[in-house]
Amino acid sequence: MNAAAQIAQVKAPLTKVSMRNLDFFYGETRSLKDVTMPLYANKVTSFIGPSGCGKSTLLRVLNRMYDLYPGQRAEGEVLLDGENILDPAVDINALRSRIGMVFQKPTPFPMSIYENIAFGIRLYEKLPRADMDARVEGALRGAALWDEVKDKLQTSGLGLSGGQQQRLCIARSVAVQPEIILFDEPCSALDPISTAKVEELIDELASRYTIAIVTHNMQQAVRVSDYTAFMYLGELVEFGETDDVFNKPQAKRTLDYITGRFG
Amino acid sequence: MSLYASRRGANAMATTLCWVAAVFGLSWLLLILGSLVYEGVRGLSPAVFTEMTPPPGSKGGLLNAIAGSLVMTSIGVAIGTPLGMLAGTYMAEYGRYSKLTMIVRFINDILLSAPSIVIGLFVYEILVHPMGHFSAISGAVALALLVVPVVVRTTEDMLLLVPGSMREAASALGAPRAHVVGKVAYRAAKAGLITGVLLAVARVSGETAPLLFTALNNQFWSSDLTAPMASLPVVIFQFALSPYKDWQQLAWTGALLITVAVLALSIAARALSAGRRNSK
Amino acid sequence: MLSIEPSRRELNGAGDVSDVALEQQASRSDIMDRTRVLARIALVDRVFHQMTRAAAVVVLIILGGVIVSLVHGSWPAMQAYGFGFLTSQAWNPVTENFGAAAAIYGTLVTSIIAMAIAVPVGLGVATFLTELCPYALRRPIGVAIELLAGIPSIIYGIWGLFVLAPFLQSHVQPALISAFGDIPFFSSLFAGPPYGIGVLTAGFILAIMVLPFIASISRDVFETVPPVLKEAAWGIGATTWEVMRYVVVPYTRVGVIGGMMLGLGRALGETMAVTFVIGNAHRISSSLLAPGTTISATIANEFTEAVGDLYTSALIELGLILFVITFFVLALARYMLMRIEQKSA
Repeated sequence: MNAAAQIAQVKAPLTKVSMRNLDFFYGETRSLKDVTMPLYANKVTSFIGPSGCGKSTLLRVLNRMYDLYPGQRAEGEVLLDGENILDPAVDINALRSRIGMVFQKPTPFPMSIYENIAFGIRLYEKLPRADMDARVEGALRGAALWDEVKDKLQTSGLGLSGGQQQRLCIARSVAVQPEIILFDEPCSALDPISTAKVEELIDELASRYTIAIVTHNMQQAVRVSDYTAFMYLGELVEFGETDDVFNKPQAKRTLDYITGRFG
Repeated sequence: MSLYASRRGANAMATTLCWVAAVFGLSWLLLILGSLVYEGVRGLSPAVFTEMTPPPGSKGGLLNAIAGSLVMTSIGVAIGTPLGMLAGTYMAEYGRYSKLTMIVRFINDILLSAPSIVIGLFVYEILVHPMGHFSAISGAVALALLVVPVVVRTTEDMLLLVPGSMREAASALGAPRAHVVGKVAYRAAKAGLITGVLLAVARVSGETAPLLFTALNNQFWSSDLTAPMASLPVVIFQFALSPYKDWQQLAWTGALLITVAVLALSIAARALSAGRRNSK
Repeated sequence: MLSIEPSRRELNGAGDVSDVALEQQASRSDIMDRTRVLARIALVDRVFHQMTRAAAVVVLIILGGVIVSLVHGSWPAMQAYGFGFLTSQAWNPVTENFGAAAAIYGTLVTSIIAMAIAVPVGLGVATFLTELCPYALRRPIGVAIELLAGIPSIIYGIWGLFVLAPFLQSHVQPALISAFGDIPFFSSLFAGPPYGIGVLTAGFILAIMVLPFIASISRDVFETVPPVLKEAAWGIGATTWEVMRYVVVPYTRVGVIGGMMLGLGRALGETMAVTFVIGNAHRISSSLLAPGTTISATIANEFTEAVGDLYTSALIELGLILFVITFFVLALARYMLMRIEQKSA
């Protein structure tokens, strides 16, 4: 557990996001059932559970990514700083600019490394060239990628290695200056060295952002997160500090899962 | 053993027939290309590109016909491409799951292979008849109507090939759909979209039937879009059916020019899309 | 360009992070007017959305417009001739007495001849390309066939007129006439003087024209067969023919038929390849060697010269008939191809 988390034990953490009685439907199939839990500000919360347990779905509710597809709907409340983001009146683009997302497979846009970062910034801000350069550099530094790409900013983002691409995507999210960053199994397509780098990065980003990460890898959850939520068949089985969830789980299903008895 | 032998016999016969079919089919096509080149090259001279279509019995070229084809094809593509791209964009992006898209896809496929002469009749009814005379612009509109379904189809197909994760990633940054499409999806599908336009140009540059009674023909140079205009295919049609040797020769040469142009466009389109596949 | 400080290399460099944070804090002020930006963005998005939607609707309007204008244009002829138009062989511009039977007959017969030749040969070529052809040649030949499928039909027409028709006239047709002269039925099929041009020639040209088309579609459809299925058949000792006959063809039947129908749609609506060599004679002759006409050839040959509203209207009604026939053929073809696409997806 990192130092920030230990301080947090002393001082109760602030709630950034609060999910209340959250249900989610793919057509008729109910894939989230009455989930109620918080995401604490400047903490890393990991979501674990077997495939299809709804952890990725939950992430996609938080930035309303499901809105891109017909027949998917969420019910209940998700309060971001007290405002219900499921409210149809919420401007979805504004919401997503506040909540970044990093996907399972790296998704660099088919443009230069520089343009990949500038894309998100240009949506909302008109910056002079020098300021834009600084922002791009800042974002790439923030994602620990600057030194590797500073000499080839104008080359295609598709030419980077998988790990670099993923860090480019993180930089791209950071550049928009979100408040929350969602990671959907960010390391599952990466080699161990790249994985280590991304994990370090998440650790570092936690000081400035509220982070939620879905992972298949329980060691990863232990390594990077302050809080852990265990989900099973669309239900939130257990939520608590990561140490507690892994060392003294309250529910039998959690114990079975983390000891490898199913999943 | 006899069963085995008869099975082998059937197989030998079937495969032989396939070989025969392949040789038979391909040789006709080679024969056509061969005589096209043979007959067409004989009439190839600078005059073809510098002189107007001649009156019967005298020498001349195809300049006005080539120019007319270029003008009408360009206008047709300029009208048809944006329309087709927008419609294809709707089908792949905004309306991917809508009923409208399903209907448009079906109708577009029908238009794609509908007889082009019917398109000519349509344009005659809506433009030529009301205007009271044949015109280059109605020819261009007829070609545009043939461009649209080709571009709609390729735009939709190419945008559907863009991975959904790319769209999600752009949306996750707070980009509205217009940006996701315009700045990311179009860019990812660029080579494919250009291929579609090239194929559309190839398709219309040899079209004759829809021009016969829209642009008609014009023996002279014309840059007036409201007047009849010559085009290579129509000139070929008229000259080939004439009894004059000079005209027939020009028809062959014109046919060669069109074929070369169409083949060049299709090959360019292929090279482009193949290049894209390889770089992935 | 950006300045680079070599000291900021470490992944965990704490200085890094706080600097970045400061920079970002500074530019937060720009975000104040996000609401305005958002309103503008939302407007752009709405406008673009509606533009694309309108374009999609235009595609429907085009087809609707084609139907409406054809019906409107053929209205005078419909009123004048009624359903008799479909069965009458008459075509007399002087007395303004028109009937579509000869053109419809010619359209159907040339297309049937074309399909009778192009389907077996096209399937043979497709089989050759997927099973028999040496690997090094598969792509070049496949590409060549696809390229040929894109060659404008007027090229086939001019070749048919100047090369094929004279050849048939002097070499093939006399032989046909004498060979079938004494056999009942066939003697009338191949009767009359060898003109060179005529229904048979037109059908043959059409066959050559749709051949690359049918061959490349069939090849694409054949390639949708999962390799494991074929391998399973090879594995129990099936011959190439048996694999085709019992695995590939049953698996792809719907798609192959769809491809055929698409080819048929082309053949029915084709104008230029036919017009040159059909002879433009408005009568139904029992002989395939006799000149005839098709719907599209009639329109192409006569439309610009048609005088009188009724004449024009009769030609437009021919166009309407052609459109209706091809519409149903193509709709069926698309439906079948859609089914095989779903199957392979």
